[in-house]
Amino acid sequence: MRRAPGLALGLAALVPLAFLAVFFVLPVSGMLARGLWPDGRLDLSGVPEVLGRARTLRVLTFTLVSSLAGTVVTLLLGLPVAFVLYRLRFPSRGVLRAVVVMPFVLPTVVVGVMFRSLLAPGGPLGGLGLDGTWVPILLAFVFFNLAVVVRTVGGLWEGLDRRAEESAATLGASPWTVWRTVTLPALAPGIISAATLVFLFCSTAFGVVLTLGGLRYGTVETEIYLLTVQFLDLQGAAVLSLLQLLAVVAMLALAARTRTRREQTLRRVGALAAARRPRRGDIPALAATALAVAFVLLPVGTLVVRSLRVGPGWGLEHYRALTDPDATAALRVSVTEAMANSLRTAVDATVLGMLLGLIVAVVVSRRPRSPRWARTVSVLDGAFMLPLGISAVTVGFGFLITLDRPPLDLRTSPVLVPIAQAMVALPLVVRTLAPVLRSVDPRQREAAATLGAGPWRAAWTAEAPVLARPVLAATGFAFAVSLGEFGATSFLARPDRPTVPVVIYQLISRPGADHLGMALAASVLLALVTVVVMGVVERLRVGSVGAF
Amino acid sequence: MLELDDVTVTFPGATAVDRVGLRVEEGSVLAVLGPSGCGKSTLLRSVAGLEPISSGSIRWRGRDLAGVPTHERGFALMFQDGQLFAQASVADNIGYPLRLRGQGRRQRAGRVAELLELVGLGGYADRRPATLSGGEQQRVALARSLAADPALLLLDEPLSSLDRSLRDRLAGDLREILTTTGTTALLVTHDHDEAFTVADRMAVMLDGRIAQEGDAVEVWRQPVSREVASFVGYDTILEPTSTERRSWLPPASPAGAGGGPGADPASSVVALRRSALRVDPEGELRGVVRRVVTVSDALHLEVDVEGVGRMPALAADRGPEVGDDVRLTVDPRGVAHLPE
Repeated sequence: MRRAPGLALGLAALVPLAFLAVFFVLPVSGMLARGLWPDGRLDLSGVPEVLGRARTLRVLTFTLVSSLAGTVVTLLLGLPVAFVLYRLRFPSRGVLRAVVVMPFVLPTVVVGVMFRSLLAPGGPLGGLGLDGTWVPILLAFVFFNLAVVVRTVGGLWEGLDRRAEESAATLGASPWTVWRTVTLPALAPGIISAATLVFLFCSTAFGVVLTLGGLRYGTVETEIYLLTVQFLDLQGAAVLSLLQLLAVVAMLALAARTRTRREQTLRRVGALAAARRPRRGDIPALAATALAVAFVLLPVGTLVVRSLRVGPGWGLEHYRALTDPDATAALRVSVTEAMANSLRTAVDATVLGMLLGLIVAVVVSRRPRSPRWARTVSVLDGAFMLPLGISAVTVGFGFLITLDRPPLDLRTSPVLVPIAQAMVALPLVVRTLAPVLRSVDPRQREAAATLGAGPWRAAWTAEAPVLARPVLAATGFAFAVSLGEFGATSFLARPDRPTVPVVIYQLISRPGADHLGMALAASVLLALVTVVVMGVVERLRVGSVGAF
Repeated sequence: MLELDDVTVTFPGATAVDRVGLRVEEGSVLAVLGPSGCGKSTLLRSVAGLEPISSGSIRWRGRDLAGVPTHERGFALMFQDGQLFAQASVADNIGYPLRLRGQGRRQRAGRVAELLELVGLGGYADRRPATLSGGEQQRVALARSLAADPALLLLDEPLSSLDRSLRDRLAGDLREILTTTGTTALLVTHDHDEAFTVADRMAVMLDGRIAQEGDAVEVWRQPVSREVASFVGYDTILEPTSTERRSWLPPASPAGAGGGPGADPASSVVALRRSALRVDPEGELRGVVRRVVTVSDALHLEVDVEGVGRMPALAADRGPEVGDDVRLTVDPRGVAHLPE
């Protein structure tokens, strides 16, 4: 009786699964096979050698230390900001929330360019002498991931019943004790979840490290890239990819565990959670928020200002150059044409990602009765999170080496780029929609069913009304992510059809003030498009965007 | 007729419903009464087709319902908390089952207005569920269930989420609506009064099993076991082995009733409600008041009854105080002889 819709749902799940298999598992395993099964035989002799290299050790250490430092600093800055933006009530709070969230969707390459122009000799903070050190990388990590902490923890904090804190206070607890014994434990799942994700994003960051690290600093991700592209050491790349894969699976498992706990917690939250006006005691938190906002706006401002700098004076020359196909020998097309490519690709990727993401979200939000199916669903849930953490370089390169033969000879096909971008956007779409679907009482569907609605109609009645806005929000989110995707796209975009992030990277790889100026102008353009899209999303006020 | 035979529902590690057999005649209302966690809601959900049964059979008009999906059973289920569709207006909620059957807008509007009148909410058509009180929401949920023109109406604690006075009033309304529409209904509840007011017959469910089924008054007056007796409000059980003098107890009811033939008050298990003993200057029992609790319309006493021991008793509002000597009279309606 309930088997029919269950079966249909199972079949529906096969579509994204097949997609995941062909466009994720196949390329990644193909890449690993190249390195570890060079002649059709498993050859692990290289593993100790690769892991024993001094360079590998240095890269691993740097990845771990920088990601850990990035996570800690982001949390320390993010918690007071989450408090101020989600627990206090004051004018322009909405604008500040948008400002703090913006960096998350900014293209990684753009973030890299921003910090370079900020810290370069001659930049506003050039005097600090930080250019070429590891500090810009750390700053970029914090800049990029602040939104994850603020949204994840803030969303939880906003829904927290104030009465628990108040009752602790009436029992004689000092504010510090209340924070330590009531608030912090309640936020812990959100904090752990956010920290896991920040660590994940830091340790797999590619565009930022590639643009800021130069030759001195590399993470596992950039090392995979260098080994693959420059040294053609596929074995070394495969070993590092495998290592990264294992670490990511472990982290995702941890995140999933805290996530389920948090979703249970959220259901128990009471109604009384109104934000209050700031008090004198909030000054440190307000100061931290001011710092965070300045920290976000300074690089953005610098980027805009420096893009207008032409030689000793000011002007729009760099912007004019964007439309000129012959502005530089570094590019085969004009930047505006690349922008058209970017937009077209992002539309395709968004449509694809939304279709797959909706199916996945519906499937993973169901709670089957039998424990076996319930486990299957949670494994599926995790499987579609994988693209979030696996090296985009591995995926991109894997595409090239596995999808180059019939029946899947797609190497020269323009569909590869949107497909790769859709894979990257998919986890974010699922994470936006699935919690909303899970929050719908299953008895709503049951009520519709007892009134005579079939399974699909019942699901539509109960879930479509609440899903409308999150779907729009997820669409914007997927679009922004596709626009900014760099890691996989840099491998797959054909030279005559580059996207803007690829063009920006090509420009900054060339010496010369004009190249840099054009890169800055292109970055401003890309950031502007992304921010407009995300501004629309933010207006929709969907709490769960970016809340993992 | 709805027929349940040996219906069993198991969850991993637990049996929620254990070989339950029940009959609901068409046009009648059966209440399944039981404490929370006894499996009564699960039983209701299995009738609705929302919970698969592990064994046994559920038949409607002789047809086995195994394999018939919820939406094809024609049984509307009214949830404890209504489960109205929050985004739709009251009229759209009630009109939902009509729309599923492809009825036109005008036809729907007429029927919705009728149903709103029936549940006493005329003029509420354009309201949103969130703007209604709990009682109003339940009325809308009832109207929506009735709009489906169900062969059988399933009611899952329909009034439990409401406060007491509203519950009493709505229970009466519910009974009236079910009677006037001639609806066959299966009601599950933990509330005796709700079951009493709404249902013709009553089945007491304890720990997954039906402990007693019968006419509502019969179950009330003649519980068949200690467990049923204590659940339907008999708070004192006197064992036959105890040494109290029992001549004050009324004789067991005539043969055929719960006491069984030839039951002797001195040798049977006797269950007493608080209302069995009342303070009365003419009463034949004597005792000393040990405790007094004032409730809204009476005094609940604990009295050390001479030769019996501590017993709960009832007094009118202005009554005795702790330490007073009182006389008590026995009300036979508060006494049941259990067949053990």
